[in-house]
Amino acid sequence: MISVRGLAHRYGAAQALRLPEWQVAPGERWLVLGPSGCGKTTLLHVLAGLIRPSEGSIEVSSENILKLEGARLDRWRATTVGIVLQALHLVKHLSVRDNLRIAQYLARAPQDDARIADTLGALGVGEKAARRPSELSQGEQQRVAIARAVVNRPKLLLADEPTANLDDASAAAVVELLSEQAARHHATLVIATHDARVKKNFEKTLNLS
Amino acid sequence: MNLASLSASYLRARPLNTALSLILLALGAATIVLLVLVVGQFEERMHRDARGIDLVVGAKGSPMQLILSGIYHADAPTGNIPLASVGLLSRNRMVKRAIPLALGDSWKGYRIVGAPHDYPALYGAKPAVGRLWEKPMEAVLGADVAARTGAGVGGKFTGAHGIGGEGAEHASAPYTVVGVLAKTGSVIDRLVLCNIESVWQVHEEHQGPEDAADRKALEEAREVTVLLIQYASPLAGAMLPRQVNSQSELQAASPAYETARLFRIVGVGVEALQAFAVVLILAAGLSVFIALYTALEERRYDLAIMRTLGASPAKLFGLLMTEGIALTLLGTLLGLLLGHGLASALGAWLEAQQHYPVTGLEWRPEEPWLIAVALGVGVMAALLPAWRAYRTDVSRTLARG
Repeated sequence: MISVRGLAHRYGAAQALRLPEWQVAPGERWLVLGPSGCGKTTLLHVLAGLIRPSEGSIEVSSENILKLEGARLDRWRATTVGIVLQALHLVKHLSVRDNLRIAQYLARAPQDDARIADTLGALGVGEKAARRPSELSQGEQQRVAIARAVVNRPKLLLADEPTANLDDASAAAVVELLSEQAARHHATLVIATHDARVKKNFEKTLNLS
Repeated sequence: MNLASLSASYLRARPLNTALSLILLALGAATIVLLVLVVGQFEERMHRDARGIDLVVGAKGSPMQLILSGIYHADAPTGNIPLASVGLLSRNRMVKRAIPLALGDSWKGYRIVGAPHDYPALYGAKPAVGRLWEKPMEAVLGADVAARTGAGVGGKFTGAHGIGGEGAEHASAPYTVVGVLAKTGSVIDRLVLCNIESVWQVHEEHQGPEDAADRKALEEAREVTVLLIQYASPLAGAMLPRQVNSQSELQAASPAYETARLFRIVGVGVEALQAFAVVLILAAGLSVFIALYTALEERRYDLAIMRTLGASPAKLFGLLMTEGIALTLLGTLLGLLLGHGLASALGAWLEAQQHYPVTGLEWRPEEPWLIAVALGVGVMAALLPAWRAYRTDVSRTLARG
């Protein structure tokens, strides 16, 4: 699913990321660990095609994403990758349903209310579809953000510090939900975190330092 | 969901900013539309009323006043001219047709005009009811006069001395209505017509001749107010005015020249108002720009998230452009509605004041231009915010928070 070789990225003179080799098989669940500033976020952004690394080769889902340019890269991202961020960034003035619909629209997927309802239902927020994000609890917003990431059935689900600022129970629940959703959509899951609480649930870990 | 509904949702999310931009645009556009409608219709009517009249001859005074009173019936006449000069000019070989008018009285504020049948023929006015006047003291009402006074064929009225409708009444000499003219959309709709003898008769009665000698003296002193002249050839335009003006009692004024002068004078005011409207539209453009630009900071994450969901930079550019253009188009359409509405209201008011009618139910050829200009303002206002949206650095934005 993911094949990385000789990857390095620099912001100006500062080394942001070094990763000589990393192989991920489809359906695996990985944890990317390391202290703040070790390049976890940079790695996720590289995997999502949001930044072009300074060096190295990288294949995601058998696609050499360094060869994809402009709108083709955006199309590839829309259909292949789902991203959950620490800050959820739901669109405030749109309903929960429209926050998912926007993902379908931007991916040029059919705007399918049944699938939206199904995705929200699987995350336990099916009844909140007509609400604004501000009317939801933090936990519910997190579920909506996960729903938005998976509504287009991505092959790769990326999560950046999804458990930061959450209490133990919530952190465990979020990791559980992400695993569940990855399994439901046969997606490969990569979670970047510095949160030691998450570690025990994962066999596969990548340590960046 | 599509680009339009997504743009609309962002506009609705900032109701105050959106309303401000819409109001500024609507006011600017409405001002321009109102000016275009009023000035356009005014000029059209001025030209229509003066059509077929090459020269107006009357007593010495202001040539503008002569035109205003002789053609548009909007000012006091400059005075009267001797009947003898009418005969002289009518026989001039440079004159194709000369129509004498006798003014001075009014009924309920509508001017009574003594004229030959040539005068309604000049405007293509034919009786809708009844017939044209044949004998003295028979009157024919213009369409608006009949409509607003409710008078009809068979009715009697007495004229009042003076054109303001406040002078002494000529109670001893009543007019009888014998016809009502069909509406022509020209000045004749607002006139009461009769033959010239009627006007003379009314005033001679007024002066109370005591015997046949008095009457004869009055008849010899008979006058008309103006003479509307059609040239026999273009050459007359160069010669006739000079010839007339060289006679001590007479003055010739060219409607084309005087109306052009009038438009130039009025034009200064119109241009000032137009400049004001343009400033309003520019202010509206600025408000659209500021609204979009300041909202960018707030929307930074929305834009970045849209990129992670697969939106291309061009999509974000399009989103911002759609917002700017939708805002200006909507504002302009509101302005068009408002402008036409105001013109209709003004028209109703002017009609009640017996002035030139104005209608809001008419499109002017300038209006599509206004929409095009507004579109341009929208594009200009949205360009820089849209460009910044296009350049959103997703990775950096998301890494920040």
